Amino acid sequence: MSTILIIFCVLSAVTIATAFLTIYSRNPIHSALYLVISFFSIAGHYLLLNSQFLAIMHIIVYSGAIMILFLFTIMLMNLNKENEVHKPRITRLGAIVSFCLISLVLIAIFINSKPIVGEYISTGADYQSIKVLGLVLLNEYMVPFEFASILLLVAMIGSVLLSKKEKTEK
Amino acid sequence: MSIETISLSGRKKVVSNKEMTFLEKMYLLAIIKGMIITIKHLFTRKVTIKYPEQVREMSPVYRGQHQLKRDEQGRENCTACGLCALSCPAEAITMKAEERKADEKHLYREEKYASIYEINMLRCIFCGLCEEACPKDAIYLTTSKTLVESSYDREDFIYGKDRLVMPLDIAMKNTQLKNAN
Amino acid sequence: MDSSIIIEKSVIILVVFAITMLMAMYSTLAERKVAAWLQDRIGPNRAGKGGILQPLADGLKLFSKEEFEPDTPNRFLFFAGPALAMTTALMTSAVIPWGDKFHLFGRDIILQATDIDVALLYLIGVMSIGVYGIMIGGWASNNKFSLIGAVRAASQMISYEVAMGLSLIALLMMTGTLSLREISMQQAGMNWNVFYQPLSFFIFLICAFAETNRTPFDLAECETELVGGYHTEYSSMKMGFYLFAEYANMFISSTILAVLFFGGYNYPGMSWAVENWGVNLANVIGIIALFIKICGFIFLYMWVRWTIPRFRYDQLMHLGWRILIPLSILNIIITGIVMLRAEIAIYLGF
Repeated sequence: MSTILIIFCVLSAVTIATAFLTIYSRNPIHSALYLVISFFSIAGHYLLLNSQFLAIMHIIVYSGAIMILFLFTIMLMNLNKENEVHKPRITRLGAIVSFCLISLVLIAIFINSKPIVGEYISTGADYQSIKVLGLVLLNEYMVPFEFASILLLVAMIGSVLLSKKEKTEK
Repeated sequence: MSIETISLSGRKKVVSNKEMTFLEKMYLLAIIKGMIITIKHLFTRKVTIKYPEQVREMSPVYRGQHQLKRDEQGRENCTACGLCALSCPAEAITMKAEERKADEKHLYREEKYASIYEINMLRCIFCGLCEEACPKDAIYLTTSKTLVESSYDREDFIYGKDRLVMPLDIAMKNTQLKNAN
Repeated sequence: MDSSIIIEKSVIILVVFAITMLMAMYSTLAERKVAAWLQDRIGPNRAGKGGILQPLADGLKLFSKEEFEPDTPNRFLFFAGPALAMTTALMTSAVIPWGDKFHLFGRDIILQATDIDVALLYLIGVMSIGVYGIMIGGWASNNKFSLIGAVRAASQMISYEVAMGLSLIALLMMTGTLSLREISMQQAGMNWNVFYQPLSFFIFLICAFAETNRTPFDLAECETELVGGYHTEYSSMKMGFYLFAEYANMFISSTILAVLFFGGYNYPGMSWAVENWGVNLANVIGIIALFIKICGFIFLYMWVRWTIPRFRYDQLMHLGWRILIPLSILNIIITGIVMLRAEIAIYLGF
């Protein structure tokens, strides 16, 4: 086995194990931290694919921003075992059934799909370089890029509107 | 002169609540001013006294532990007049007077002496008024560095004659020094 | 990849690690000394000559203290907190160019652990995960004061990260690269970025103060409100790690300031020195120049600490979100206009 394969196996094991533990662990803080480790190992996968930019962005955005806000809310809400919401049995049964159905569909898709392996077109451009990446994003994919920014702007305005207090009439 | 205009330090500043200008609101000038003040202190003389090697000068009016004096012949000066106790603002001194016997002439200078002389060191403020009040030059505040030795019991702070009277050998030595001069 | 490059990189990593630790150690002494000098005192001068062994004595004292453990919900996380804080503080030094290059044994040795393309993003990424050490430690202490201190420190750090990132964008528009090595090279001579981007430097400096949780932004520690902040429950060397991480962070952020805005290892007349004195000597002087700049910034940190009183928490948030972020966005716009002034002039028909 080559070194890269070993690293890939270890990273995959870590990713899957922590993702599983995220769901499985009862303490919400533990699950959040497992999710953080999972994100880090996914960033490791990106590094294995030689895309440093994506890896670092993944760390900044997911581990550095989103998960910290998650942790914040969880820590301040002080969730623990005592005030855990007890779900009725019918809901749990429904969840299990829907999960089984979805996994059935997914497995069916995976079995029946045929992998399309095309030729890797080498243009000579180094797509890991942020310079090339920036040019591609702002030339070829300009419209989706700007749409994404508008989407983020809308989300921001929405949250500002929601958090703004309504003026009470006196 | 009314109380509002008095300024003891000469640097009195009237506080005003006026609106700050934009430049003042940025606080940048104020911060730079403050930084200059602190950096000036980097080059000023340091006031620290490096204690074990360097000792702070004793004040000439320093007042330490009390001592009851003896005269040249080693007799106690105190005559138990009670003026020290009277002058003591902290009421720390108590004493009991007694008449001198015929065979005690070498011990006490006057016909009356203090059989008990106690200073409560927990009350004493080392003001030195007892020293000033004494007509017989009996009580003095020495330049001893320790004022009162520490202890766990309150009784230990009531100093009797055993700890206040000047030791005899020192009195003799003083006499010899005086004669030599 | 041949074995010599591995040896070379390992040596550089070891040296950088050792220097970071040494600088962090002596920052603690420098802090006490500078504090003393600014207050007309002498400072620690008993351990060694002029107190030179004081950091060792402090370390020894911390090691010999009792290892206290609160009734923590997760013992592992309680230990992981200080370790994470220390790791993230040390990780940053990997991408910093300490000098240009040495020419030894017939080969060029680049004085940098790794020259990655996205070095600046890496710095921001490491800074953003630096919050975890504080948050995990604060939560695992199982103490309300620790938790509130951790939440305070973390929210302060993530608030100022935004302004910091935005202030860097203006710089990046000018340099056109994220690699710290290239940014350093562009500043050869006296083309220091601080002359071109003073506002960006200023915002970055304020944010660096906030990121390292130092005065005037040291709200995470507060005797009257929060006891010791997030490290209330820590003792012995775990506490030492948190304090040490703070000083390591200070060193690293001073280094980043020096590299990004003050020319890194460049000094006036460096190209002349390379020609006349050879590459090696010129770069030794370059490293010394970089460390002089770093020490200057560390001194600035301490100087500010003993000058400016701390902010109130709402003032801190106000400064971060409502002053620094708009200011840095304005800086980006100004930079853009200046960069495209020729095109704009043509467009407007001048």
